[in-house]
Amino acid sequence: MKDPEPMTTELGSQASPTTETAPPPNAAVPTPAGPAPATLGRPALAPAPSRPQNDEATSGRIEIEGLNVFYGNFRAIRDISLTVKPHAITAIIGPSGCGKSTFLRTLNRMHELTPNAHLDGSIKLDGEDIYDPSVDPVALRRVVGMVFQRPNPFPTMSIYDNVASGLRLTGRRHAADLEAIVEQSLRRAALWDEVKDKLQSGGTSLSGGQQQRLCIARALAVDPEVILMDEPASALDPVATLKIEQLMAELRANYTIVIVTHNMQQASRISDYTAFFTMGEDRAGYLVEMDETVQIFTNPKDQLTEDYVSGRFG
Amino acid sequence: MVAVTPAVRTGRLTGTRSANRRTRTDKAMRFIAGLAAVACVIPLGAVLIFVTLNGISALNLDLLTKPSRAQGIGGGAAAAILGSIQMVLLATVVAIPFGVLAGVYVREFASARVARAVRFAADVIVGIPSILIGIFVFTFLVLPFKQYNAFAGSIALAVIMVPVIMRTTEEILKLVPVSLREASLALGIPMWRTVFSVVIRTGLPGILTGIMLAVARAAGETAPLLFTALGSRFVNVGDFSKPMDALPLFVYINARQPYELQNQQAWGAAFLLLLFVLVVNVLVRARTAGRRAQ
Repeated sequence: MKDPEPMTTELGSQASPTTETAPPPNAAVPTPAGPAPATLGRPALAPAPSRPQNDEATSGRIEIEGLNVFYGNFRAIRDISLTVKPHAITAIIGPSGCGKSTFLRTLNRMHELTPNAHLDGSIKLDGEDIYDPSVDPVALRRVVGMVFQRPNPFPTMSIYDNVASGLRLTGRRHAADLEAIVEQSLRRAALWDEVKDKLQSGGTSLSGGQQQRLCIARALAVDPEVILMDEPASALDPVATLKIEQLMAELRANYTIVIVTHNMQQASRISDYTAFFTMGEDRAGYLVEMDETVQIFTNPKDQLTEDYVSGRFG
Repeated sequence: MVAVTPAVRTGRLTGTRSANRRTRTDKAMRFIAGLAAVACVIPLGAVLIFVTLNGISALNLDLLTKPSRAQGIGGGAAAAILGSIQMVLLATVVAIPFGVLAGVYVREFASARVARAVRFAADVIVGIPSILIGIFVFTFLVLPFKQYNAFAGSIALAVIMVPVIMRTTEEILKLVPVSLREASLALGIPMWRTVFSVVIRTGLPGILTGIMLAVARAAGETAPLLFTALGSRFVNVGDFSKPMDALPLFVYINARQPYELQNQQAWGAAFLLLLFVLVVNVLVRARTAGRRAQ
């Protein structure tokens, strides 16, 4: 606390409207030229290259070192070390119970809501340890957003209010640019054209696929850098799934995405990197291997991975 | 293997003697169970019918607008009606924050052990004979002032309302899905804000239902008021340091008087009370039914 690293300030005040978009201290290149758009704290709508040329230059890199997660005495995750590359889609695949969701929830400290959950090891977001005592989990979750398996729009709120909720309930925005942010978020979530005439109707009046895109819009509105997705399409039909996947491909340009999926075709279709988890004898999940998705699905190094992706196991 | 066609067996589906006996037993037991169900409804029906028949004939403008007068020479229940409204209102205002916040605390913030203890305490209070609550409030809000007063009456009613509101709030909050809490927390919305703007807001119709039921319960309580608000023949508007009348007290006192007119007034007041409780209950049912239909 007495000597806060620069990143701490960055993390805590990132979304504050008064803060200029400063590059993280470890970023080598300056902020993209031109004034930042007034509505969001990042040069967002500018079409970004499909793949970042230089990983080091973009923020949203997550480095996990020696992560062990426990529920009480039960070890759910054993010794996972991996790096999530910024502005790419990283898929986590593996059989049920191998700790994929647990792993995902450690990245925005949502697992702390489970009583008796604790962990050791380190998780660094752009060099900043997110489990440092000086880090506020509430501030962290504004940077690392999450989309859940089942669409969960707030039932008491309209479509508009759902998208605005993250900003309103954190007291960060006033009505003036709220409207612009809501529209922009809905556009980015590819939902705007379907709901622009009924923004005041209930969020739960939408179809399942629309609700999930509404939840993505809601997550985007608070301007995160990382989006965690916990099987976001598993409760949806194939058409809605396709839309979510197309959406993710577009979001990749501006966000770091980590997706847990049971669907190996999905992982191979959409992700840039794939991490394969499985469960050991002690029922703790561990990382078997992580590589570029093409490698995992065509030329895996580990026999377990090959068995899994070829459908012989799991 | 030669396939053997099994002989066609008939008569398997028609009743045997034991089946007939089973059918008879079934009918008899159904009849007895039905009778028991009717017996349960009889008291409610009887109360409704008697109070309505006797009460409607006693209902007139005097009863609603005039204060009571001594020894059965006329008057009405105005003091009691106004008194009930004031004391229940104050009790509700006092009980809502305690009840709702305690329910929120137990459901959202307390450790399992604390939650169990508070829940147990609330259940015990609900189970305590209400006259004991009257005596309890008497000792610290009446005795020190040497004066029966309406404030003590309101507090006694509030003590009865708090656990009811607390338990319904808690039960309703349990029904709010965890996924909504997670959605809110994952947006970086702080816990307290999540609870108040998402969880309570989602459960609000149910919490209001609990409050209405507690109001109906408090409006009908007699015993807690005997030692506190005492009852009064005079209209008391706003002076909570003095005794105040209430509908249940009015019924209790006038029903025991030797004068026909006062007994009539007791029936009328009882009918008003019944009407109030019924209306609240029907409203609550209508609300919850409407919510289920959505």
